Parts: sequence; structure tokens; C-alpha cells
Amino acid sequence: MAKTRLFDPNPNGFIEHDHNHDGINRLGFLKCMAWAGTGALCLVEGGVLKSFALGRQMASGAKSHKVGGFTFVQISDSHMGFNKPANPDVIGTLKAAVDKVNALPHQPEFILHTGDISHLSNPEEFDTVDQILKATNKEIFFVPGEHDVLNDDGKMFRERYGKNSKGLGWYSFDKNGLHFIGLVNVMNLKAGGLGPLGNEQLVRLEDDVRHLKSSTPIVVFVHIPLWTIYPEWGWGTEDSAQALSYLKRFGSVTVLNGHIHQTMQKVKGNVTFHTAFSTAFVQPAPGKADGPGPMKVPAGQLRSLLGITDVKYIQGRHALALVDSSLA
Amino acid sequence: MKKIWLIAGSSLVIALAMAALLVVHPTLARGEETKGSGAEVKVDNFTFGPDTLTVPVNSTVTWVNKDDIPHVIASNDGLFKSKALDTDQKYSYTFTKAGTYPYYCSIHPKMVGKIVVQ
Repeated sequence: MAKTRLFDPNPNGFIEHDHNHDGINRLGFLKCMAWAGTGALCLVEGGVLKSFALGRQMASGAKSHKVGGFTFVQISDSHMGFNKPANPDVIGTLKAAVDKVNALPHQPEFILHTGDISHLSNPEEFDTVDQILKATNKEIFFVPGEHDVLNDDGKMFRERYGKNSKGLGWYSFDKNGLHFIGLVNVMNLKAGGLGPLGNEQLVRLEDDVRHLKSSTPIVVFVHIPLWTIYPEWGWGTEDSAQALSYLKRFGSVTVLNGHIHQTMQKVKGNVTFHTAFSTAFVQPAPGKADGPGPMKVPAGQLRSLLGITDVKYIQGRHALALVDSSLA
Repeated sequence: MKKIWLIAGSSLVIALAMAALLVVHPTLARGEETKGSGAEVKVDNFTFGPDTLTVPVNSTVTWVNKDDIPHVIASNDGLFKSKALDTDQKYSYTFTKAGTYPYYCSIHPKMVGKIVVQ
């Protein structure tokens, strides 16, 4: 699948676009996409986004930015149980994602899964994913996708993955000085609408961040994007503006989501929005097909369009570096 | 349907059979009113076909999912709701009272349709 790139990898292996100078970041829009065989690293420093192409020299360049800190990984949209032509082997590709995580040079401290763990909310599908992810030997935090709450309003999901969650499955926690917030926007969908967070969750969110210092880096993880990518396909959240208004005073807010099975990034003010690869199948670029259904790509290309996101926190800089790596 | 009609055209018997099928399943011709007691809505490529279906009272409407992604058929007011329908799975509901029944897919709420019962 051809993907639009808003910046090219420098063949010398190292580029740095300082969007503070060219105004792109201030315009508030930037797409940062990964593509076959390489990747893009986006380093957010106090709202200023710098992008790099990933390469051998780049790796050493990135290291020079590292002053302590830690990394975690986001995986998304495993769709265990899916067996259609777009990927007849979602077990194989999830295992490949696990191998990718285990091969990372800086081992992540934990994993976020941003939903659609299962395809049909069957217990066996959740069991299979749990079994495969065990091989990472990492703590994993989940939020549900709509495929995980199909027939019981999320009851089974919360029993398995949300024991300490509140309401529909909302929770937050602190790790290494960062504040993580898991939100649910896949339930109580209304005809014609977008994914809702709902009033109860919004109240909890406002209350949750009230006591935090503005310098605390915030990471929100949620299934459906909190920025409106393509409302015609339901790729947005109805009341996200309200949620984001509670996060305005923070210097660094990173919103990680899945749902659309392709990587995309946007920076708006203090907030970086990032959607992750799926580990299961590809969906078309917004509006580039009659519908958002699974897209069959040539077998040799599939793994270059599936993947994981590696997130690095650099201490003292309030910076989160997001690196999408394909499974190829 | 075009493809089926071309094939059917090669045989009068098959053509007649297809015509009979259209009477039993009038929804195959999009937007037509039904004359039988059963009607079908095809869920395909994240749309309902037809999106508005008109049926007589006491008709049973069957939705069949032709997508690779599950869908859930739910009336806007909570009157009926299917389980998640995987590919080729069906859900039926019998409408015993006249009226207009808007519905949607409760996991893809941009998918909306309407059953008009007369």
C-alpha cells in the first residue's frame, strides 16, 4: 500500500526537522508514518516535535538523547479469531510482534494494548492472546476495543483485564513519574454517532488529573482515536474535546490509540496523537476505499504494514519518542 | 445481480426460477416494497442494503452479514438487538405493528437503516 510521507528518510541516516523553525508544529498538524523496512522516530520535547529517520547512524544519534528514562511498548488490534483473506494467520503475526518486542535493544518496562484483543469477544480468543503475550514476560495494561465488548457490555473484559477499573473500565496509574490514563470509548454508541467517553468518565478524568503537577507527562491510551480522523467511518471520539480540555495545562500529553490499523500522527499544541499499527490486518487510508473493512494486501507486504510502537521517555526532558516498527 | 441475470439469461428455466426468487426475496431489488412475509437486508461493506426496507405487518426481516467484520443490528429505541453477527451469520426479527423502525450497527454507529412496516 502506498503511503503518503510528509518527510523522507535521509540516505545519510540522520535528519532532524526542527518544526519550531518551520512552523509546521505550530500549525498543529504533522503526520509521521512508518513504512516498510524502516521507521520514523518522533521526539517530542516540550511540545516541539523533531523527527528522525531510523537507521544505523540514527540509532546512535537517538542514544545521545537518552538521559536515563525508560521505554514501554504499545501493541494494538490483535483481532484474535479473525481468519479472513486479509490475514489468515493472526496468531503468527501476533507471535511476530512478540518476537519484535523481545528483540528491542532497550527492553520495555511494560506493554499497553489499545484494544481489539479479540475479534468476537470469545473467551478462547482472549486466552490465546494471553498465552502468546506471556512470552514477553511483561506487565500488560489493556483498554477494550469494540470487538472485546460485543455481547456483554464489557463484563468479561473487565473481569479479565480491568479488575481495578471503574465504571466502563476506566483506570489510571503512575509509572516512573508519568501518569497513564486508560479510557474506554467503545461502548454505548448511538446511531449516527462517534465513540463516546460519556459524562461519568469525563468527570472521573477531570478529578483524576486535578492533583497532578502541570509538569507531569501524561499518557492517555484508548482504542478509538481522540482526534477526528475520518468521521464518515466513525474514526473519532464524540466528546474528546471535553476530555482534552482537562489536559490543556500539562506540558506533555501523548494520546496513543489503535482502531484504524495504520500509523498516523498529529501534534496539536501540547498534545501528540498517535495511532498504532495493528498486529492482525490492514485497513484502508481514510476515504481511500468504499468502506473501512479489512484490506487484502499482497502476502509479501502484509508484515511490513503490521507492527508495534516503541515509546521512550527521556528523563528531565518530558519527552516521549515514538517509534513505529513493522513486523517485516 | 447483473452477473446472475446474465447467467440466468442462458436458460429460461433458471431465469424463471430467479424471477420467482425475486418475489420471495424482493429486497434483492433495492428499494422495492415486499410482497411476501420474509425480507432480507444485506449487510455489506459497512452499509445496509437496502437502507430503507418497506414490509407488511407481521413480516420477518432477516439481516445477513456479508462483511469480514462482525456487526450488531440494534434498533435505535432498544426494541431489538442481535448478538454480534460474524461473516454470513443472520439475525431475524418479526415486525407485528405498523410503524417506522430506525436501526443501526451498535459497534459501527455510522451504519444506519430503517424498516417501514405498513
